[in-house]
Amino acid sequence: MLESVIPWLLAGFIAVLVAGMLRRISLWRAGQPQQVNLVAGLMAMPRRYLVDLHHVVDRDKVMSNTHVATAGGFVASMLLIILVHGFGLDSVWLARALLLTTVVMFIGALFVFRRRLNPPSRLSKGPWMRLPKSLLTFAATFFVVSLPAAGVLPDGFGSGVLAFILLAGIVAGLGEMLFGMGWAGPMKHAFAGALHLAFHRRPERFGGGRSTGLKLLDLDTSNGKTLGVAKPTDFKWNQLLGFDACVQCGRCEAMCPAFAAGQPLNPKKLIQDMVVGLAGGTDAKYAGSPYPGKDVGNAKGSPIEVITEGLVSQETLWSCTTCRACVEECPMMIEHVDAIVDMRRFLTLEQGSTPGKGSETLQNLIATDNPNGNDPQSRSWWAADQNIPLMSEKKEADVLFWVSDGAFDMRSQRILRSFVKILKAANVDFAYLGDEERDSGDVARRLGDDATFQSLAKRNIATLKQYKFKRIVTTDPHAFHCLKNEYPDLGGNYEVLHHTRLINELVAGGKIKLDALTTAGTVTYHDPCYLGRYNGEYDAPRDVLKAMGIELAEMERSGFRSRCCGGGGAAPITDIPGERRIADMRMDDIRETGADLVAVGCQQCTAMLEGVVEPRPQVQDIAEMVAAQLVEIEQPASKREVA
Amino acid sequence: MSRDSIKSPAATLASNLNSSTGQTGKPLTITTLVSVGQHPKSGRARVADQDAKALELALSLSAGKGTAAVGKGEAGAGKSQINLIHAGTATAEQQLVLRGYLGMGVGQMRVLKQSDGADVIPVLVDAVRKSGSDVVLTGSRAEAGEGSGMTPYLVAQSLGWPMVPAAVEITAVGSGEFEILQALPRGQRRLLKVRAPFVASIDAAAAEARQTAWAAGQRGALEHMTLSSNDDAVLAEAAVEPARKRPKRIARAKKAKTAADRFKAATAKSASKGGAVLVKESAEEKAEAIYQMLLSQGVLKAR
Ligand code: SF4
Ligand code: SF4
Repeated sequence: MLESVIPWLLAGFIAVLVAGMLRRISLWRAGQPQQVNLVAGLMAMPRRYLVDLHHVVDRDKVMSNTHVATAGGFVASMLLIILVHGFGLDSVWLARALLLTTVVMFIGALFVFRRRLNPPSRLSKGPWMRLPKSLLTFAATFFVVSLPAAGVLPDGFGSGVLAFILLAGIVAGLGEMLFGMGWAGPMKHAFAGALHLAFHRRPERFGGGRSTGLKLLDLDTSNGKTLGVAKPTDFKWNQLLGFDACVQCGRCEAMCPAFAAGQPLNPKKLIQDMVVGLAGGTDAKYAGSPYPGKDVGNAKGSPIEVITEGLVSQETLWSCTTCRACVEECPMMIEHVDAIVDMRRFLTLEQGSTPGKGSETLQNLIATDNPNGNDPQSRSWWAADQNIPLMSEKKEADVLFWVSDGAFDMRSQRILRSFVKILKAANVDFAYLGDEERDSGDVARRLGDDATFQSLAKRNIATLKQYKFKRIVTTDPHAFHCLKNEYPDLGGNYEVLHHTRLINELVAGGKIKLDALTTAGTVTYHDPCYLGRYNGEYDAPRDVLKAMGIELAEMERSGFRSRCCGGGGAAPITDIPGERRIADMRMDDIRETGADLVAVGCQQCTAMLEGVVEPRPQVQDIAEMVAAQLVEIEQPASKREVA
Repeated sequence: MSRDSIKSPAATLASNLNSSTGQTGKPLTITTLVSVGQHPKSGRARVADQDAKALELALSLSAGKGTAAVGKGEAGAGKSQINLIHAGTATAEQQLVLRGYLGMGVGQMRVLKQSDGADVIPVLVDAVRKSGSDVVLTGSRAEAGEGSGMTPYLVAQSLGWPMVPAAVEITAVGSGEFEILQALPRGQRRLLKVRAPFVASIDAAAAEARQTAWAAGQRGALEHMTLSSNDDAVLAEAAVEPARKRPKRIARAKKAKTAADRFKAATAKSASKGGAVLVKESAEEKAEAIYQMLLSQGVLKAR
């Protein structure tokens, strides 16, 4: 009797699944067009899932194995169920294979169940608490139902009361797995996630690549389109798809410095609010941590309503430091920072509502090419006694030293001077732009003002075009990122290095010699977000420190998991209040290592960490440390006579 | 008397109306004259600070701040309307700056194109007259060009309207009357009651202007009108040379031991001189002393 009902049930559920999928697809397609290669994307999808995504999930070994067993078991079981029970293929071996896959799935589901017994706060509850039970039901039911086909039990098995129990199990299991997948249940992630991997907006990220530069905004205001994202449908369609892939695992939440500081931002909730927006409705069903200080249940939105008018508050968007910790951690490879900056663009360019000192900073950038409104003709004053060749005179050099806005700040000038000392000691052929340099546009862009970013970038590119150089080197990771990853969209292609990489080269090439640093006590190193996660430069700074004989006491959150200092994304300018300061929390991370000195590679990090009240470990840029340990190298005889 | 004329930047006029003037029942029209400013450090053209503050005042007045008191029980009845007008050479670079005013939330600006060095007062006066304005607002002094600070006075004179200098807040209180908070030296304030129409120049101490939304500025319309330029006879005769910095008067600290003492001495207000302390005198005597003081300061006019 059961055998005759199952095919119909299967067909029915699959039809409902397909209908749900089509509706979901139509929701995504309400977004803006974005060219993707459909075929190539779909072909690449299995590899992206099995290799790239697994690579991220694998940071949590237990969970990774759990997922492989459950998901793999489910996909295989489902295919076999369709063959064995749907089409009624009379093969003992297929049925036995099905028994095996349901067992695998069942074991995986047990681990899911175990994790849900005492779930960490980052995990969403609600329907997600039901999922392990549904998985167990599905696996167990189809195991029992398939026993006769596998020849383990006689054919007549499964009648009477047992049949009804099994039927209920089948309906419950298929309901969660198929109906839920199409109609926004927890299993939606499998369907949306697979397509998201196939049509990801940054396909360069797969296969070990990196893609971190923000996308260029089309500044054409004559076509009636709003600039930036006002409504959910202003996102590209594949961004909407990406939001739907979220599994509410909360790994992003656990990493977010703004969330930890009690600022009103939670990247997981933000993505879920985007899902509410794209589908329409309220956040009443959201069962995870809220934005700190804001109750759940008051947000509502629809695809054509302005997001910041009821769905997400403006402070939420401005709390983000663009540190990319969430993106780095997200097993579904969702791009939170892109979405946040897209919405900021609307607030700044269309509404003129950049908070804090944002408006003033942008005005300064427009009128003086630097964020604090300093006289652009005083940009090179810091180097008055440095005797650095000017590009405008020299025209050609091996290395162009990009100074960045640290030129105006006395603390940063110490870093700049140290670096110049190193360059000179190594006899590097270098020059700088002096007053011709402008702000890279980093801050303007993170504030959502892509017009000012593009204006600054284009003028910088025009200036750079006049000169010949092999490489650009800078002590500022933010400028580094802009020049390297964001200028190419505007026609500026350069080889850009962070100063630690050049120093490392100089040490390795014997151009400079360093004394061992023995007086510093315990030393730790803080990875700047824009150097590490944005550009993958984790090794050069550590190698340089090692060259000075330093054994690093690493923080728990270092490398790709480094915690932001709080200085990125124009956060100090918009200054959204929280319960703690991010810099204080980072200093606590540093203190935990027992460090007396924290080495950094960014003037912004230096400023943020030195802003923490004493007593605290000392803060020094690697350039400063290296400059202090330089050992005179024996010069060729002829030169020594002159000296 | 010197005429306020333009070298390169020019005065612009924005007018914004949203409330009713009460007596006639017609909507209130506020006109703001704005110019192209100059950044003090970089010397680059920019939205002029005081003019932007004047437009901010106009916008908040039009947004209903104080409109409840406008007219008799007809609050918000009149639809406000904003006209922005600029007179000047309006070069391409300057037009980019003018869009900064549009980005504050005004849909269009009339740009009265004038030749370099022309006297813009006549065209501004003409434009204000035709606009049917009740209130004309502008910054106190242009940031570039002649910068004599005479524009509001000369416009008011030509129109025959009163002129209120150094306004920091304007509130409509009904029946065509407005309360203007005026900035006096050292942070003092004075509240004036003025009947429309009037001209007011805005002090740098007024509320910060709202942020410019770049896209709104791009979409806003600059309506160009080329008008015949009036020669500025005064400026033609004048010789222009860069301003010299006047040395700041610093009080000499006699025996200042620390930097803090020197700072205090250099920045301290001069103690008020004269005056009297009346404690035991009768109430009439005290009142008479105050009355005489007000007379001598010109706050009150002798009957
Ligand atoms: S956005 Fe990514 S990391 Fe955050 S909850 Fe969703 S799937 Fe997890
Ligand atoms: S980029 Fe950093 S601050 Fe912004 S949401 Fe992600 S983790 Fe939080």
